Amino acid sequence: MTKKQKKMIIRLLISALFFAIGMLFEGRTSWYLVPFIISYLAAGYDVPLRAVRSMKNGQVFDENFLMTIATFGAIAIGAMEEAVGVMLFYQIGELFNDYAVNKSRKSITELMDINPEYANLLRDGKEEKVDPYEVEVGDTIVVKPGEKVPLDGVVIKGASELDTKALTGESMPAEVKEGNDIISGSINLNGVLEIQVTKLFDDSTVAKILELVENASSRKAKAETFITRFARVYTPAVVVLALLLAVIPPLLFGGNWNTWIYRALSFLVVSCPCALVISVPLSFFGGLGAASSHGILLKGSNYLESMASLGTVVFDKTGTLTTGKFKVTDIEAVTGSKEELLKLAAYGEYHSNHPIALSVKEAYGEPLDKTMIGHVEETAGFGIRSELFLDGETREISVGNMRLMEQLSISVPENQSVIGTTLYVSEGTTYLGSITISDTVREDVPIALKGLKRAGVKKLVMLTGDKPEVGQAVGKALGLDEVHGGLLPGDKVHKVEELLKNQPEGTMLAFVGDGINDAPVLARADVGIAMGGIGSDAAVEAADIVIMTDEPSKLTDIILIARKTMKIVKQNIAFAIGVKVVILILSAMGIATMWAAVFGDVGVSVLAILNAVRALKYKIKD
Amino acid sequence: MKKIVKLEGLCCANCAAKIEEGVKKLSGVESASLSFMTQRLTMEVQEDKTDEILEAARKLANKIEPEAEFKVVR
Repeated sequence: MTKKQKKMIIRLLISALFFAIGMLFEGRTSWYLVPFIISYLAAGYDVPLRAVRSMKNGQVFDENFLMTIATFGAIAIGAMEEAVGVMLFYQIGELFNDYAVNKSRKSITELMDINPEYANLLRDGKEEKVDPYEVEVGDTIVVKPGEKVPLDGVVIKGASELDTKALTGESMPAEVKEGNDIISGSINLNGVLEIQVTKLFDDSTVAKILELVENASSRKAKAETFITRFARVYTPAVVVLALLLAVIPPLLFGGNWNTWIYRALSFLVVSCPCALVISVPLSFFGGLGAASSHGILLKGSNYLESMASLGTVVFDKTGTLTTGKFKVTDIEAVTGSKEELLKLAAYGEYHSNHPIALSVKEAYGEPLDKTMIGHVEETAGFGIRSELFLDGETREISVGNMRLMEQLSISVPENQSVIGTTLYVSEGTTYLGSITISDTVREDVPIALKGLKRAGVKKLVMLTGDKPEVGQAVGKALGLDEVHGGLLPGDKVHKVEELLKNQPEGTMLAFVGDGINDAPVLARADVGIAMGGIGSDAAVEAADIVIMTDEPSKLTDIILIARKTMKIVKQNIAFAIGVKVVILILSAMGIATMWAAVFGDVGVSVLAILNAVRALKYKIKD
Repeated sequence: MKKIVKLEGLCCANCAAKIEEGVKKLSGVESASLSFMTQRLTMEVQEDKTDEILEAARKLANKIEPEAEFKVVR
């Protein structure tokens, strides 16, 4: 709590005490006015002063002004108790607003507390604390346990674990050692690291993320602009109605002046727009906060609105649905074990640096003994024939594609995998088996797609530059609704435009890519989502939403967060306007008292804020 | 050119909306957005008018919400 808030609490306590004393003596002695006046002044002496100041500045209909007129009016017609009550509760409401807003501002700042205050620059063997802005590319910095990594770089000495929770929402620490890239904003947990800086602070990950987060609420949702526009019309309208209500019935129909002024004053109390105006941005801010605590960064609350009504999700294949890394996915051994086949293939490919050969060697996993390899003959576009000395015998092993097998006149069973590349292995003229290497689907893609369908996304589409057959096979395996293969980057934009044209009214289309080569598509879609944003500046710049981790399943989380936020926003708008209108009608008819009006102002405001605060809380369901 | 101002102590959402509206109408301001929650006013302004605009925005903010402190971030 701030000093200002603490002072306010004391003022309100004093005010409440004297209010109670006033109530006690009301009707018994004419001295009861004294405690009421003390109560009024303690709670709101500054309100009329501020009202005068804003009038001087040409601001009418400001809340101080409204409250001043309402309470002074009530005093004038002898409704002392109401006048004090209105002021007291108005101030309680204000204090609560203030507290809730500050708290939510603070909790989000803490969440995004990744800004490094300093860097330990290593100069001539000595450490020096400097501003991260002063560090140049190529400089060496030292990061000790508990410190934030201030700039992007490469570890040149030491090993440690990093806490990247603020960046990725991932709670498992990441291990780093010499030669690893390191991103700024993560926290060093145990070892001392020496890092060679690769980017200036302005270009570093932390600066990019901070920029994104800090500007997030500058793109406002429609609901947000609606409510400020509404307030601009609502307050003057209610004030004018109040004036008419106070004057017309007594003048034209001989009504009692006091009765109608009392009703008009209730109008003024309800006319305060702040409950409405505060709860909507507060809800959106909470939604943005909830998303960022799960490693999802949104560039504006308008994207929460879009994500809540998502109809189609278009995925890029490589790097998004798949890891983009080739791995051994299938081994068919005719004779002997699969391990044996893999071993032979790995030795056979010993000298090759082709990505496929590397995948085979990686899958085998064990170190290869060079002395076991004899004469090697490589034919480009076919494969490799080599002499291997394994377990005391010399073996003639050939590893390659179908053409190599044909060249050796070895008949191979029809076992062509559509997805990926198949390597065939033979010994002499005997066929031993095949190994299939393909791009692997990300682990949580099936969960992600199921979650999206469950969240009500109608159409899941995949675009890929790969051969259409490959695309179809992957798409079918994953259960996508539409697959378009053989697309050049430019074609992807056209495809998305086509899909946008056929998009049902009121639903949105999101494109999910890894940010590499797909910036134009990210920009064209209603919502562009980049995955694995860390380290890819292009993605952070082009996308509307950045998922910091490599998990497509986060898409479902964004939708759920967005839906929850929108629901809260709609509830608040409907509730606040609804209650206010009902109270206005009842006050005009003389059924509701000024106390009801106080509820219409303060009560609604407090309830709407409590509801809004819920937006910040979102737990991933398992 | 992009200008960012922090309005520290901004505590009335309706005033924020009024300030935003007012700043948008200043000559030389191409776009402006004031977030009540982050208390940041982000403006896209014509470069040669930057100083005038900042001064006008400061006056405007002071008129509508005298309690908020006007700090130019960038």
